[in-house]
Amino acid sequence: MAGIQLVGVNKRYGGTEIIPEFNLEIESGEFLVFLGPSGCGKSTLLRMIAGLEPVSAGQIRIGGQDVTASAPGERDLAMVFQHYALYPHMTVRENMAFGLRNVNVPAAEIDRRITEAARMLELEGMLARKPIQLSGGQRQRVAIGRAVVKEPGAFLFDEPLSNLDAALRNRTRVELARLHQRLKTTMVFVTHDQVEAMTLASRIVVMNRGRIEQMGTPIEIYRKPATRFVAGFIGSPAMNFIDAIPVAAEADCIKVRLADGTELQTGVPTQAARKDAKLVAGVRAESLTLDDASPVRGRADVIERLGERTLVYVTLSNGHSVVAQAHRESPVASGDLVGLHFEPEHVHLFDEAGLAWHAA
Amino acid sequence: MCICLMKPGLPGMPHKGAAMTTTLSALPAAARASSQPKVKGVQHWSNALFVLPFVLVYIALLVVPVVTGLWLSLNDVDVLSGDRAFIGLANFARLWHDDIFRGAIRNTFLFVLMTTPAFVALGLALALALNRQDRVGTALRTIFFGSSVLSVTIVTLVWRLVFMTDKGLLANVMHSLGLASINPLTSSALALPAIALVTVWWIIGLPMMLFLAALQQIPEEIYEAAAMDNAGRWRTFWSITLPQLRKTVALVAIIEVILQFQLFGQAQLMTNGGPNNSSRPLVQFIYEAGFQQWALGYSAAAAQVLFGLMLIGVALQMWISKRGQTQSGEST
Ligand SMILES: Nc1ncnc2c1ncn2[C@@H]1O[C@H](COP(=O)(O)OP(=O)(O)OP(=O)(O)O)[C@@H](O)[C@H]1O
Ligand SMILES: [Mg+2]
Repeated sequence: MAGIQLVGVNKRYGGTEIIPEFNLEIESGEFLVFLGPSGCGKSTLLRMIAGLEPVSAGQIRIGGQDVTASAPGERDLAMVFQHYALYPHMTVRENMAFGLRNVNVPAAEIDRRITEAARMLELEGMLARKPIQLSGGQRQRVAIGRAVVKEPGAFLFDEPLSNLDAALRNRTRVELARLHQRLKTTMVFVTHDQVEAMTLASRIVVMNRGRIEQMGTPIEIYRKPATRFVAGFIGSPAMNFIDAIPVAAEADCIKVRLADGTELQTGVPTQAARKDAKLVAGVRAESLTLDDASPVRGRADVIERLGERTLVYVTLSNGHSVVAQAHRESPVASGDLVGLHFEPEHVHLFDEAGLAWHAA
Repeated sequence: MCICLMKPGLPGMPHKGAAMTTTLSALPAAARASSQPKVKGVQHWSNALFVLPFVLVYIALLVVPVVTGLWLSLNDVDVLSGDRAFIGLANFARLWHDDIFRGAIRNTFLFVLMTTPAFVALGLALALALNRQDRVGTALRTIFFGSSVLSVTIVTLVWRLVFMTDKGLLANVMHSLGLASINPLTSSALALPAIALVTVWWIIGLPMMLFLAALQQIPEEIYEAAAMDNAGRWRTFWSITLPQLRKTVALVAIIEVILQFQLFGQAQLMTNGGPNNSSRPLVQFIYEAGFQQWALGYSAAAAQVLFGLMLIGVALQMWISKRGQTQSGEST
């Protein structure tokens, strides 16, 4: 088990800077998820930790030791690749044994570890098969097993679930969570799927263009997104954003006028926010409910009945579209005129720089 | 048949969600199943018309000559007098006692044994060294492949100049090293190896390209996995690269055995089979018997022997590579 430190890590390909300067301390035993849109540099970062990609500047430490110049095999890490990367000509057993034989683990010990991993991952009947004789999910389990038998200081995962179908993805996700509970080894996981990040992580690092946008537990990031980017990236459906102008505050909390002319009392303390001329109000669908008494009105457009709740797409009087949530048996129908109730304590304000202000 | 298997997933059916998942898992099975059973129903003989042109060409250019050759080899044919007589296996009996023929067989085997391993090993080594995307790699690949487009006359001409007694490049180099110069083409021990060297130099490009293509098929990810698995350079080569190239090695070996059994031009032009018949290959023997002595039956009999030898050689190789494959599949 080992912690990982990234100190001033920089990566450039030729003239383009992919990662400007990255500082991060990954604690021993934590499940850290890098989350970000495609192309933001998550894989590059993971591959630099693995040693598959050299850093342009900076230092990488694993378990307190500087490994910046070490070969991938010397870093006491195991990696699970997106496309499994199993050795096609080797059986499942040979795939798992290969890395152990290379470091001269005794045969009896190799057997013991493979047997144990095979039992844990339900691969017992497949040890003599070649990868081509396995299904996608089974291959992914072999790839995980190959990492597990190495008993590494930390696991690295690069979007390991993205090639699986939805049902299998859910199941493997739970298996990974279970694996982490059992082994308690450091895990670093890269994904662009926020559901994976929310469910697996003990800590999420949200990345954007090679930078850390926000770091925190899944709930922190969901409740108090630090920037408009994070607010828009996390949560499904995406947060509603409505242009707003601050109006004279009477109470301790900021009051804004929304783009459609109605006024909205937020829970954001007055002294917290900068007095920007323009703000953006953000509210998630679950905090925006139907209420005919509300002055904010619009026309229901599309109704999505998801079973446990109903999503209502509402076009405001100024043409702006927002998503609200209604009760699962709500009688609302497409074309209805509806009022929208904002829960003040769940309204976020974003200033012109994109920084967020939350209710106290 | 595909369509009826997919039907449960069509929208509008009850239990849409469940039906969708069964469709997902049934799809590959449907694809597999549709390719297995033969098409049922009326077999139209007219469908055969589509392959008829190919079959005609195949018969005219392959079946007819092979059968004719086989028939010729059982006859005594004298082209000059026009005589032809069925003599059974007499031609083959005569070949058996013909020292020049036996020498030619020995030379041909030696030549194949010298060149084929060289093509495999050298072609693979070149491919490994030049499997890179920079300018130097591209330039060298072009150069190594370039010689393959030269015709045999040019290649042998160039190399005869290199080997020329006292004045050739080889002689000059040996002089400058203080050694007595030799012309390998005039030595019965060195003539065949020299022809082998020229042949490898001439057409090493094809095996190199085949290996390069195969190397580029190996996904980069498994090399990264090997790096994470602590495999060093040699370990990676033996355990990852080579097993992935098994089929290409077999392919190159089979191609080269077939090609090199048919050695003719280089030997004819560089040594004319000499000195002392030490470099006369089978095809040259066939050519001389058929078109210089006009003993067509005798020549055809020798050609049948060559055909049989090549068949045995290729079958042997396929057997070896198949056996290697199943063995590695069973070992754990
Ligand atoms: N070899 C390379 N040369 C130049 N640019 C590269 C190279 N590899 C990656 N990049 C660039 O670096 C950036 C980050 O790539 P990276 O693969 O880390 O993205 P990612 O966050 O993993 O995205 P995804 O979710 O799509 O996998 C991309 O903009 C990509 O174009
Ligand atoms: Mg990636």
